[in-house]
Parts: sequence; C-alpha cells; structure tokens
Amino acid sequence: METIMYTLHDFMTHTKNITYLIMGGILIFLPLFWLFLNEREKD
Amino acid sequence: MAVEKTQSNTQKFTATNVIIGIILVVGAILTILRFTKGLGAVTNLDNNNPWGIWIGFDLLCGVALAAGGYVTSAACYVFGLKRYHSAVRPAILTAFLGYALVVFALHYDVGRPWRLPYPIFVSQGTSSLLFEVGLCVFLYLTVLFIEFTPAAFEWLGLKKIRQIVVKLTLVLTIFGVVLSTLHQSSLGALFMIAPSKLHPLWYSGYLPVYFFISSMFAGMSMVIFESTLAHRYLSHKMDHAHHEESHGVAFGFAKAASFIMMGYLAIKIVGLSIDNNWNYLATGWGLWFLIELVGFVAFPAILFAMGFREKNLMFVRIAAVLTVLGIVLNRLNISIIAFNYHLPSADRYFPSLMEIGTSVFIVTIGIVVYRFVATRMPVLYEHPDYKTH
Amino acid sequence: MAISRRKFIGCIGAAALGNATGALGKAYGASNKHFKGYPDSFGVLHDITKCIGCRKCESACNAVNDLPEPRVPFDDLSVLDTRRRTDADVFTVVNRFQHEPYVFAKKQCNHCLEPACASACFVKAFTKTKQGAVIYDESLCVGCRYCMVACPFDVPAYEYHKALTPRVTKCTMCYPRLLEGKLPGCVEACPKNALVFGKRDELLKYAWKRIYAYPDQYTDHVYGEHEMGGTSWLYISGVSFSEVGMREDLGITSAPELTAGPLSAVPIVVGLWPVLLTGMYAISKRKDRIAQEEKAAAVAETIALSQEETQNKLDALREKMTREKTAAINFEVKKALEEAEKEAQETADQEQKPEPEAGSDSGESIEEDK
Repeated sequence: METIMYTLHDFMTHTKNITYLIMGGILIFLPLFWLFLNEREKD
Repeated sequence: MAVEKTQSNTQKFTATNVIIGIILVVGAILTILRFTKGLGAVTNLDNNNPWGIWIGFDLLCGVALAAGGYVTSAACYVFGLKRYHSAVRPAILTAFLGYALVVFALHYDVGRPWRLPYPIFVSQGTSSLLFEVGLCVFLYLTVLFIEFTPAAFEWLGLKKIRQIVVKLTLVLTIFGVVLSTLHQSSLGALFMIAPSKLHPLWYSGYLPVYFFISSMFAGMSMVIFESTLAHRYLSHKMDHAHHEESHGVAFGFAKAASFIMMGYLAIKIVGLSIDNNWNYLATGWGLWFLIELVGFVAFPAILFAMGFREKNLMFVRIAAVLTVLGIVLNRLNISIIAFNYHLPSADRYFPSLMEIGTSVFIVTIGIVVYRFVATRMPVLYEHPDYKTH
Repeated sequence: MAISRRKFIGCIGAAALGNATGALGKAYGASNKHFKGYPDSFGVLHDITKCIGCRKCESACNAVNDLPEPRVPFDDLSVLDTRRRTDADVFTVVNRFQHEPYVFAKKQCNHCLEPACASACFVKAFTKTKQGAVIYDESLCVGCRYCMVACPFDVPAYEYHKALTPRVTKCTMCYPRLLEGKLPGCVEACPKNALVFGKRDELLKYAWKRIYAYPDQYTDHVYGEHEMGGTSWLYISGVSFSEVGMREDLGITSAPELTAGPLSAVPIVVGLWPVLLTGMYAISKRKDRIAQEEKAAAVAETIALSQEETQNKLDALREKMTREKTAAINFEVKKALEEAEKEAQETADQEQKPEPEAGSDSGESIEEDK
C-alpha cells in the first residue's frame, strides 16, 4: 500500500505514530537489558 | 501533652471544617451548573480566550507543583540520598493527589470529559504536543498510584503484594523521571505553536526547557512548603525519623533549588539574547517580566542560599512560598496574562467568580483527601512492621 | 514534492540520527524534504478592493450550513459598525474598516496548507483534504480547545453554551458542496466577484497578475501565499493587510514546523534518560557499596584488635577469679569444717537432742557454690 503524502502534518503524524511505538519498546527493553547485564553479578 | 495537642487540633479542625463544608457545597452547585448550562454559563471563556484558569492554574500550576514527587523520589532512590527517605512518601502522595486533581479539573474544562481516553485509545493525534502531555500524564498517574500503594498495603496489612511493589521502586522511579521530564517540558511546548499570540518575552524555543527546569525547583519548594504545613497541623502523625530528617530535607532542597534557580535565571537571559528581546525589557511587559524573574526567581534563590548558609529555616520557608508563587505567576503569564497580549483590553480574559470558585473547590478536595490519607496511612511515619533502618 | 510512504520508512534511521546529533532538529531530521501540499487543491481568492460589505456571503453561508437565524438580519448593515469575528454559529463575517473610502474584508477559515488546528489536535479531529478544505470530525472531538489556542487567525469557535455536546465550529470551505461539484456558498453569492474559486496554484498566479497589471490598486503582497506556511484562501488588497484586521507578523513557519523541535526531543529523552538515570543509580550504589565495604573492613579490624585485648583481659580475669574462687572455697570449707567440728562437739555435749539436718544443709550449699 503506497500512500502518497503531501503535507508535513501527515508526514509527522505518520512518523510519530511509529516513534511512539518504538518509545514503548525502548521503555520495556532497557530495564530488561539492564537485568540481563547484571544477571551474573553476585550482588 | 500529646493528648492536649490532639485536642487543640481537633478543635481547630472543626472551625476549618465549616469553611471546607461551605466550599464543597458551593463546588457541588458549580459542578451542576457546569454540566447543565455549559462552560459559557460558568466561565468567562470566549472564542478568543479558549483557555482560562482551569488550564492556566489547575492544569499548568497543578502539574508543576506536583513535581515534588519525581524530584524527591529521584533524589532518594536514583541519586542515593537516603536522608530524603522520609520525605518521599508525602511527596509521592501530594504528587498523586495533584495529578489526580489535574485530571479531575480537566473533566470540568473539556467539552466531553468522557472522551478524555480518546487520544490514547481511539484516535492518536501524535503530531500534537497535547497528545504527548495526555499520554504522559496518564502513564505517570498510573506510576504514582503504584508508587503510593505500599503505604495503602501497609495500612491494610497486605505484606506479600507490598513486597512485590517495593521491588519495583527503582524502575518506577526512573519511569517517573522520564515521564515527568517529557510532560513537564511538553506543557511549555504547547505554547510553541502560537508564536503570534504569546508575548515575545515569554515565547521562546526554550519553553520546554524552561518548564522542565522550573518544575524541579517548583517541586522542591512545594515539598518544603507542604512539610511546613504538615508540621503545623499533622505533627502528631509524624515519627521520630520524619521529625529528625525534615530539617535536613528542607536545607538540602533549599541548596539544590537555589542553584537550579540560578541556572534557570541564566538560561532565561540566554533566551532573551537568542531572540534579541532586550528592547522589550524597557516596556510595561518588560517590567512585568522582570518582576517575575527578579522578584520571584532571583530573590527567592538568594533567600534560599542565605537560609542554607546560615541554617535559617525561616528564610528557607519564605523562599519556598515565594518560589511557589513565582511558578504560579510564570504559568499564568504564559497561559493567560501574556497570552493574547495583542488583543484590545475589551477582548482580554479575566476569570469569573464561578471559575475561581471551582478552582478553590478542587484545591480544597485535595487538602481534604490529603488529610484523610495522611491521618490514616503510614505517610508521615514508617509503619512499625516495615522499618527500613 | 510528493513522497511515498514506503520511502519514508527507509528514512527513519537517518532521521533518528539527525535528531540525535541536534536534539532540537527538524522533525524530518536528516532529510531536506519539502511538502508543498496537495497538488491541484482548491482555494478562494478574496479581492478586498472589490468587496462592498453587502453581507450576501454571510447570508449564503448561514443558509448552506443550516445555521440558526441571526439576531440581526443579514440586510441590516448596522452590524458593520462593530468589529466582529467568527462565532459558534457564524462561520464568516465581513468587517468594515475606517479608511477613505471604506474598506471591507471578509473573514473565515483560511484553510491552511499545514493547518495549526490539525497539528494541535490530539485526536485527529481535523483533516486537510486533498480538495484543500480543512474539515472537522465532531465524533472524535474531546473539546479541549487547543485548536483555538493554536489557530493564528483566531477562526475556530466553540459552542460554550452546550453543556455536554459542545462542538468546535468553523468554515468548511463548503466541503460537502465541493464534493457535489458546487461552489462554496459565499463564492456563489458574491455579487461583485470579490471571491474567486479555483485551483490554488492558478489563483496565486492570477493574484500576482492582477497586482502586476494594476500596481496602483494593490499592495505588493498576496496574503496567504506564505503566511504560516501558506493558506488555501488568498487575499489581495489595496491597503496594507494590517489595516483590514489581518496580522502581518505571523511569519511563514507552519505549525508542524513550530512544534517539530520539542516533538523530536521526546524520543531522545525516552531513549537516553533511562540510561543516564540508571547510570547515576549504579554510581551511587557503587559508592555506597565501597563505603560499606570500607566501613565493614574498618569495623572488622577494630573488632579483631579489641577482641585480642578482650581475650587478654578475659584470661587475666578468669585467672584472678579462679584464684579467688579457690580461696573462697578453701575458706568456706574451712569454715564448714570448723562449724562441723563445733557442732560435733555440741552434739557430743547434748547427745539426747541430735539435729543433723542443719549441718548437712550447710554442707550441700557449699557444694552448690562450687
């Protein structure tokens, strides 16, 4: 599906939609990665 | 002696209770008016001035002054400043109540309050900074709620579930700081879309940074201010640790706030320079701008510094009150006073009595709920079963 | 320039990099894309020099949009004495401006190419259609009125007297009529050709052509060509636009560009704040641990030292006590023996009344003391 965009507003809505999903992913990923990083630490 | 104190307090509260009762009744009437006759009947809002004090005060000031939650919890759990530990719970409680009231107040202001979840669940207008604000406030309210639940669980004696939440403290704190950074700054960025309406002295590309930085010392001042009030009225509810630490907390925050305020002052001057707004300083608006900046930022910053250096609690408390007033002034300037500055005075907005009444009503609800919670749950003292040290 | 959505997705990585290097960079990051709006979209050219203030456009607007009857009928021109703006049930107004002779100008939604209302709306209630109209979807609107704050032209109005179903209202460029192939109501009603409907590109050329052809009649400016990123409604005038109530200080930056900076800073904060904060936590925790370890070591050393000392003291004490105890026992034994001897003597003296319990008692108590 190729939708052509003509306005900056449409472009921004589209990219921010994706960016917000990525942000959600980041917020879930980072703490889990921190746990992975520290898994073998004794403390 | 303790008995005497409690008695005098209960007597004081009965006098206050009457006033609170009156405010609540008036608030109920205003609520009915708002939801039967519409915004037009209650407010002085019009097509040129769509946002009044329900946004300028209830939302902008409410959020800024509830910043104590993220500031205190970050200081304690992220930066490892353990001496702030006893201040965390009251700060989280006020932050949660603050945000809850902001959302409550929004129900009055927006046209169709039951659609408030729409931006998140139905139609995401991601190009809007208001979407960002809405999403963050929603998430942060949830985070604050979870952060506060241990107090409620201790009160109810639910040990296991409390333990689970306590383990999440660090993650919740970091989420809280991220979300606070975002929505505090985005509240300022809301006005970046209207450069033609906001006076150039207040309009700046740095608005989001200004809002974020000022929220930090707003939060700290609010913690000092609330602790002053709590010491006065809820002293009997505090434990030894809270009494011991509260002075340290006040001086610590005074020091931090003082320095951050100087930094804020610096970037405000940078803002003037970047946009070459010096010439406006010689106008009436310039005088008003300087009153805000010198009288309510520079002056309390110096007062905080003196209070900290000389260990003078009175200075610190006065500075905290001035700073809080300064934040209110700044938010009102941006949203109302310097907004639509170009309109003729006949078209300018001034809040109606009923608008002010509703705001007072909402603040009163906050005080009542805080009192209810702080006198019952382990907020100002640590529950004996869950001592940390 | 029109770009396909698929191409955008390829650009995301590059855009993110662009943002990372300059946190307040443009939303389209590394790209230098320029959006010119929908090609062949429609617009209206308002020639202010031709407007006579007859209010026919207002009347037609009221009729085609099924708006309520106005308090003052449309043929009453006394309303021109006061400056008016659009309202909840008035989508367009004509104002008269003090000038010799009078100048009239019509005001309504300008249908921005990059609408501020749409950019501001957090539920996507506003849409810029490919025909050029900016339309509003009542079914999504929450009623936050941020669109009204955002609009540089002060156009959207709000139904402040509806308690539960207030709408934001504004001119729709008669979007439903456009779809039917009809002209907007106001354009159709204008008796003086002060309103011309057509494709925006062509209207723009036509506007400039008129300015070139009659330089004495017009100021050298087509209002709406660049204002706030350009609008679908265009204006030409004989007097300066600020004299007819149109702001000339709006600038040419469109609404989405104004908010692009803070919007692109958001994901950077989400990406880096947790790292930064966790780092600070780790540092403070490490410091705590080192402090604790140092403390523990110091404590251990002190304990070891003092333990040795205590041991010595203890040993001395024990020795001393043993000595004292032996002495005490010896003394007691001696005393008991003496007593027993004495008793034995007494018993010997009075053989009729023997009381052996007392003697054995004292003997037992000595043993217990041991």
